Amino acid sequence: MKFEKKDILGIKDLTVDEINLILETAESFLEISTRKIKKVPTLRGKTIINLFYEASTRTRTSFEIAAKRLSADTINISSSTSSVVKGETLIDTARNLEAMNPDIIVIRHSAAGAPHLLASLIKQSIINAGDGAHEHPTQALLDMMTIKERKGKISGLKVAIIGDIEHSRVARSNIYGLSKMGARVVLAGPATMLPRNIEEMGVDVYTNLKDALIDADVVMMLRIQLERQKQSIFPSLREYSQHYCLNRNNIKLAKKDVIVMHPGPINRGVEISPDIADDPSYSVILDQVNKGVAIRMALLYLLTGGGE
Amino acid sequence: MKILLTGARIIDPIQNIDADMDILLENGKIAKIGADILKSAKSKDSGKIKIIELAGMIIVPGLIDMHTHLREPGLEYKETIASGAAAAVAGGFTSIACMPNTNPINDNRSITEFIKRKAAEAALANVYPIGAISKGSTGSQLTEFWDMKEAGIIALSDDGKPVMDAALMRRAMEYAYSLGLPVISHCEDTNLSGGGLMNEGYYSTILGLRGIPGIAEEAMVARDILIAEFTNTCVHIAHVSTAGSVRLIREAKKRGLKVTAETAPHYFTLTEEALQSYNTSFKVNPPLRSEQDVAVIKEGLSDGTLDVIACDHAPHGRTDKEVEFEYAANGISGLETSLSLSLNLIQNKTLNWPELIAKMSANPARILNLPKGTLEVGADADITVIDPQLKWTVDVQTFRSRGKNSPFNGRQMQGKAVLTIVGGEIKYALPSLKL
Ligand SMILES: [Zn+2]
Repeated sequence: MKFEKKDILGIKDLTVDEINLILETAESFLEISTRKIKKVPTLRGKTIINLFYEASTRTRTSFEIAAKRLSADTINISSSTSSVVKGETLIDTARNLEAMNPDIIVIRHSAAGAPHLLASLIKQSIINAGDGAHEHPTQALLDMMTIKERKGKISGLKVAIIGDIEHSRVARSNIYGLSKMGARVVLAGPATMLPRNIEEMGVDVYTNLKDALIDADVVMMLRIQLERQKQSIFPSLREYSQHYCLNRNNIKLAKKDVIVMHPGPINRGVEISPDIADDPSYSVILDQVNKGVAIRMALLYLLTGGGE
Repeated sequence: MKILLTGARIIDPIQNIDADMDILLENGKIAKIGADILKSAKSKDSGKIKIIELAGMIIVPGLIDMHTHLREPGLEYKETIASGAAAAVAGGFTSIACMPNTNPINDNRSITEFIKRKAAEAALANVYPIGAISKGSTGSQLTEFWDMKEAGIIALSDDGKPVMDAALMRRAMEYAYSLGLPVISHCEDTNLSGGGLMNEGYYSTILGLRGIPGIAEEAMVARDILIAEFTNTCVHIAHVSTAGSVRLIREAKKRGLKVTAETAPHYFTLTEEALQSYNTSFKVNPPLRSEQDVAVIKEGLSDGTLDVIACDHAPHGRTDKEVEFEYAANGISGLETSLSLSLNLIQNKTLNWPELIAKMSANPARILNLPKGTLEVGADADITVIDPQLKWTVDVQTFRSRGKNSPFNGRQMQGKAVLTIVGGEIKYALPSLKL
């Protein structure tokens, strides 16, 4: 199968076949990361630009390693949107970058839809590395890859996503991806963290953590952002962790072989109790990081015409 | 100079006229209206009269848009009073009212006088300034309503910067009412809408854009209705966008309160679904709402709850719109598409011709106390001629407005203003029209 998409803007736009192709391609790249010399010449002569308008060492590093293992040249551009820097800059930057003729631009931006704006303006491939509270497709793909490896399948599993759904691009991308792949997705969080009409995405929604955990095969805990406290999304970390922290007790409600995921970085003791987070019989968090490189290698490869 | 318009159907809701008649304009006024003016005019003083043959056309009282943003002074790259007035006449509007959120804000006599002078120099549409309710539209201290009234304002509004302080709004409505000035309220509880970018619902959820709930509008509509009732004053609700607002206004009217309301073409034409591409030309405030809201807005137009169609003409420069959705300015450059979009309400049986024309002429004239909106003998010769069959395609590059920001660019339209006469003078004529 040939990969036809120009850009990876969101999981919403991907078909089941495309997701499977990406996962299979990533599996074949996984082996490279275990070699002594972790480099193949596949993308020699290709240029990849990492355009990060939002700080993220983890995602940027993952993309950079992925590109380097495929022998591509990478350029990192970090910019801040916190000051008065506005979108005109994005368009100017885009036109400048286009003139330099890269093969792929990876963009992370705090404004939802920024990758779509970029994709509409320039002919090169765009990979969305996270846009506002919209989508984070590479995270969802690496999550699906991790689940598939641990469980042997995705279809038929119950996946519970817990926490601040409203502000989470990871949640949205995973809801699209996991639902497409046949999993049943349930959500839980305080009512203030559940966006309006979210159930229309085909998920079951609870305000009680325990209801969501029952018989779960996978539990995905989202990161709580402290600054949301100021917006009255939750009263205090203390109260949040008392009711939404995954611990030895409430995890018993899930299936015995449940796996625990987190997009990182974890607030230990807030989202997941330390003993669960560090227990390899539950936690697959480091696995996720490992799969992240493989998924990003697969996307770089497929978007530059690999698999033709 | 005399002009005789002949061969057209004349619709004037005020006089209950809907018939094929001729109309004679003389000295800037309407001199005669009747079935047989052409013959007598020809025999008496032919040569001195310009006779315009308008078979198949519809003549209506000059259209009035009571909610526009002309950006001058201060934001001339978006629009000037002259370019805005040119857009108005090209869209069939003979009179427009302009909101005070310029830079500086129209919160004192000198700005009002400046706007009047610029409008007179442009000599296109009649331009009526709206004064700010509070100094700098900051919502803390009333402006000099009386002084600005003497300078020419016809209403008061802090449009764009809703008056969050209910006590200040109460004082504004009381004081304005005593001067015979309507208060126009941009209803938005900014605590509820804070930082929002689109209607709150399924689409804001999947797009990851902060939502503006319908109740942000409705809470303030309810508040202003209560103030109007308690103080026995009047209020005009700007750009109604939700089903809940229509319900509240309908109830208020049923109870005999002096509440009037407007909506804009985009609120009965588009839904929030259009935002799926993050196309900033669809970004407006209040935001595009749901299909159900659109249906109720149409009901509100049909049953008279919504008195006026006003386009909230909000021209912007390219750099205001060609940015990330979050940073993009709100608004649509609407004057040149408003009439055609509104004509759809006749095609889809929401309104009949006299009802639509009343909402675009007589009703805004009544609310703003303007001696306009009718073709009665002796009235100002402000006239719009509409070709209801004309098919055309919106091309923003042909807009007279400096603002090319329209989500309707490329849209097929039916019906258009082909001739706009202000004070007896032709201010716009479609090039293909034989004069
Ligand atoms: Zn407004």
